[in-house]
Amino acid sequence: MSSVEFRKDLFADERDDNLQEIGKPTRRQDILGHVTGRSPYYDDHLFDGLLHMRCVRSPHHHARIRSIDTSQAERMPGVVRVVLARDVPNNLNTLLSLINFGKDEEKLIQDTKVAYAGEPVAAIIAETEGQAREACAAVRVDYEVLPHVLDPEASLKPDAPVVNEVYPNNTFDYHDLYDHQKLRFGDVEKGFSEADHIVEGEYQMSPIEQAPIETCGAIAAPETNDRFVCYTSTQALFFSLGTTAKLLNMPSSRLHFVGGTVGGGFGGKVDSIVEPLSVLGAVLTGRPVKFMWDRAEEMQVGAPRGAERWRIKDGVARDGRILARTFTGFFDAGAYTRLSSYAIIKCTGHIPGPYSIPNVASNVYCVFTNRTPATAMRGFGITGVDFAIECHVDKVAETVGLNPIELRILNAYRDGDMKPHRRLAKNTALIECCQVASQKSGWAISADAARQSSLTGGGGTRAVIPESITDSVGRIGERRRADVPTEPGAGAPSRGRVAAGTQGIPIVAAAPQDEDMITDPARMGFRHAPAVSQPPRTAPSVPVPPVAAASAAPPSAAPPAGQQSAPPPQPVAPQPSAPQPAAPQAPTAASDPAPAPYKPEQPFSRGVKRPGVSRFLSGSRRR
Amino acid sequence: MTKKPVQFQLNGSPVAVFADEGQNLLDLLRRGVGDLSPKYGCGQGTCGSCTVIIDGEPRLSCLTLAETAEGQHVETTNGLSNGPDLHALQEAFMENFAAQCGYCTPGMLMAAKALLDRTPRPSREEIVEAISGNICRCTGYEPIIDAILAASGQPTRRTG
Amino acid sequence: MVTVTTVDTLQEAAANSAGEAVFLGGGTLVMRSVNYGELPAPQIVRLRNAAPLRGIRADGARIVIGAAATMGDVLRSSDVSFLHPVARQVGGPAIRNMATVGGNVFAPHPYGDFAVALLALDAKLRMSDGGETDLESLLAARNSEKRLIESVSIIRPAGDDFRFRKVSRVKPKGVSVMSLAAWLPRSVGRISGARIAFGAMAQTPVRAKAAEAALEGATLDENGIAGALAAATQGLSPPDDGLASGWYRSQVAPVHLKRLLLGEGSRS
Repeated sequence: MSSVEFRKDLFADERDDNLQEIGKPTRRQDILGHVTGRSPYYDDHLFDGLLHMRCVRSPHHHARIRSIDTSQAERMPGVVRVVLARDVPNNLNTLLSLINFGKDEEKLIQDTKVAYAGEPVAAIIAETEGQAREACAAVRVDYEVLPHVLDPEASLKPDAPVVNEVYPNNTFDYHDLYDHQKLRFGDVEKGFSEADHIVEGEYQMSPIEQAPIETCGAIAAPETNDRFVCYTSTQALFFSLGTTAKLLNMPSSRLHFVGGTVGGGFGGKVDSIVEPLSVLGAVLTGRPVKFMWDRAEEMQVGAPRGAERWRIKDGVARDGRILARTFTGFFDAGAYTRLSSYAIIKCTGHIPGPYSIPNVASNVYCVFTNRTPATAMRGFGITGVDFAIECHVDKVAETVGLNPIELRILNAYRDGDMKPHRRLAKNTALIECCQVASQKSGWAISADAARQSSLTGGGGTRAVIPESITDSVGRIGERRRADVPTEPGAGAPSRGRVAAGTQGIPIVAAAPQDEDMITDPARMGFRHAPAVSQPPRTAPSVPVPPVAAASAAPPSAAPPAGQQSAPPPQPVAPQPSAPQPAAPQAPTAASDPAPAPYKPEQPFSRGVKRPGVSRFLSGSRRR
Repeated sequence: MTKKPVQFQLNGSPVAVFADEGQNLLDLLRRGVGDLSPKYGCGQGTCGSCTVIIDGEPRLSCLTLAETAEGQHVETTNGLSNGPDLHALQEAFMENFAAQCGYCTPGMLMAAKALLDRTPRPSREEIVEAISGNICRCTGYEPIIDAILAASGQPTRRTG
Repeated sequence: MVTVTTVDTLQEAAANSAGEAVFLGGGTLVMRSVNYGELPAPQIVRLRNAAPLRGIRADGARIVIGAAATMGDVLRSSDVSFLHPVARQVGGPAIRNMATVGGNVFAPHPYGDFAVALLALDAKLRMSDGGETDLESLLAARNSEKRLIESVSIIRPAGDDFRFRKVSRVKPKGVSVMSLAAWLPRSVGRISGARIAFGAMAQTPVRAKAAEAALEGATLDENGIAGALAAATQGLSPPDDGLASGWYRSQVAPVHLKRLLLGEGSRS
């Protein structure tokens, strides 16, 4: 611990930093249980008559299921129940449907088509784990093997096999409009044309398994009062509760979830697969059921941090200033969305890293492939692109012949700078971090670089949102019909310009799209009830683009509905939802019919309207 | 299914249970006896979280056929403390932040105890070797090494 | 379900495991298969007391190791100190207190590092039927071998004639990308009758016979071993697995063989 050094002096003016605990040893509040072996992990709950559940899993990356024959398995010793897709009351879900993001697409148990090796097609509940294993081996599944695709760029090709039929273009649909998430800030082509060097690079990383020592699992058992208790390894207790309620079409008031003691998770225990299955087992058998992955399953079907591929192109002036930067990113989501859609939103909000670059554009794709679905892991969405960015900054430094630390200081963002996702940079510290790193490593930097500060030099003209060039390349489905470029700006007919301005839009929570989603202030005791503004019941026929609105009208006039794109759980780059005229004053309604605001085909109302179901399960609460 | 009677000493007390055929000792201890301190992490000898001490030697309970414990002395983390009095290793693990999620901790403690029982003042290298079969995924090896040094009355990175 | 038969002698055990049943040694391989439901047939045979088969003793110019001796037993025996670096490379302490010398001979790729050392040390096996066989021929047909190993007799190498090296990606302990062992007897500075064995370079530990031949009469220096390095992987087609591709193994084998022969960068 003594190796940690605190540089509070650098931020003395920014916060009351009278820390009481950090920097000195402390006892964890839960450590007595850990060292005595008494911390109650989910598997540390003993039940009389516990049954064991295991899944029959696809050996193929991609295959149609012709038939499933469980007759032999049903007769095996110890087998209590065979569970098939038809036993799941509401067998279609997407994890983020609880916050109304994305379409239901993944079955708890498959019955028509498997899209990754290891996807469950049946489950066996037996008296012992060994008996469940033997019965699983006795289930005969007739597969028609289909061509598969394991690389995200191959998956974007027009002739690629369709991985996930809910998203027939093999991409997650953003804002009901594009097959990727766009970010446009300034004019990258202009930036490139003014640059002395163009530096391009490609970076990629493989999936990473979280590999917690405790494997994912849950034990569910009937409780009194027709409820079911579920002890689970989940890292997201209420997500798992809500998901279970939805998949089992069961009021959440009948579910009693117990978690909190997790044997390592690192993001890999949020996917809420084991809880619905174990509770379903308890419902079907009336007995306690444990569904626990073994290590091989944890590695094979435990959702990893997904693979990513990045292409970065920088336009750099002779003196090292980065004038323009474009990103093309491919996230390999695997066969189903899980949390990858959200990773891309996070990532886009992070682009272009901690640098002030006047012209930035990115196209980031959430691509479905026949690999294990990817999910959360420690900074997911950010870590991969940061790796790419920092490798690339070194490459830029090499190209222009500059000390890489000085190049970072030169381009670092400072307090008050506008970031491409239209938020002002606050509490920036890259410059100070570089200065300390150069001292510690004995890597000399110039006196000028050593004098720089994050607190000065930002803001002013650097706080302005530049006039931004937009395009409409990559609308949903285009790629299936022809080869459409993936890079921002490539072959793109300009769609319009968004006028320059400053950040003037008040940040308000995105309006709920469904009445179901509107929280009742009276029931939210912990909130300032009157402060929750009721969104308009009907959206304006043409959503007002936020940036245009900012320059056309005073901020207070911007209606909340103006930000009505699909509400992601993170700030998202404003996505003009209608073609933009060159002059912001001109209303757009007459010239071009705007697409209707995003409305899920099948709104998630289950679990909300039924009596006795907590309204807290949906709404704007964010994780 | 045939059940086999097995008798052994668990943390100094006699235990008589029936084991299923082919059952491993980890499962017998947890479900048969109710000692939940050894943990399942892999079932294949990779992670060390099921480590117990058998006749003075660290062994992996998940790879030990339960019935082979007949007549042996088995020690688990459950028996490490003497009533409310914690073992020096337990105190040191608490003081040195040697656990985060805590799932690998019982196995680590058994590996460490087996070391200290034979080598009361181990070198840092001996400690690393002793826990080399135990995986901690919260990346806590340095605090764990410190804790074992502290438990054996030796200076740690922090105190040294 | 699994059935377990407990017997008193190795001969009974061999008779009982002649069919599809599998003999339980230290359990590190068999119990793993039991846990994962991967036993070829759910029958296990075990010895009530394997202690008589755990002895390690000198026998003239050779050393005899009981098949039930564990890696831990090897590490506690000063008669086989030359094997300590090998035994220490097998798992952590808990695994070493379980894993047996006899079991290591049957460990599937990429395991079985100890058997690589035995192969280099000209191991002769005494079998449960009283017969003898050499390790190399047993490895070639180990999947159909019905007998059990009673003990292993190996050369007691002089000086630094025996070398061992394990290459893995995880520190301090990992599974082999490859392991290498060499016995390099020399007279007047020239090698005569060298034995070199590779692990994880084929489905079983194998001898690098072309490299052995190239070392005949050579000196143990950069020039002397050049021929052996060139011939290192001759006749081998190393398998692909999650740790390394066969191509990678072939590419790096001469590098590691060089380090082994010249005693460079030894980490064991």
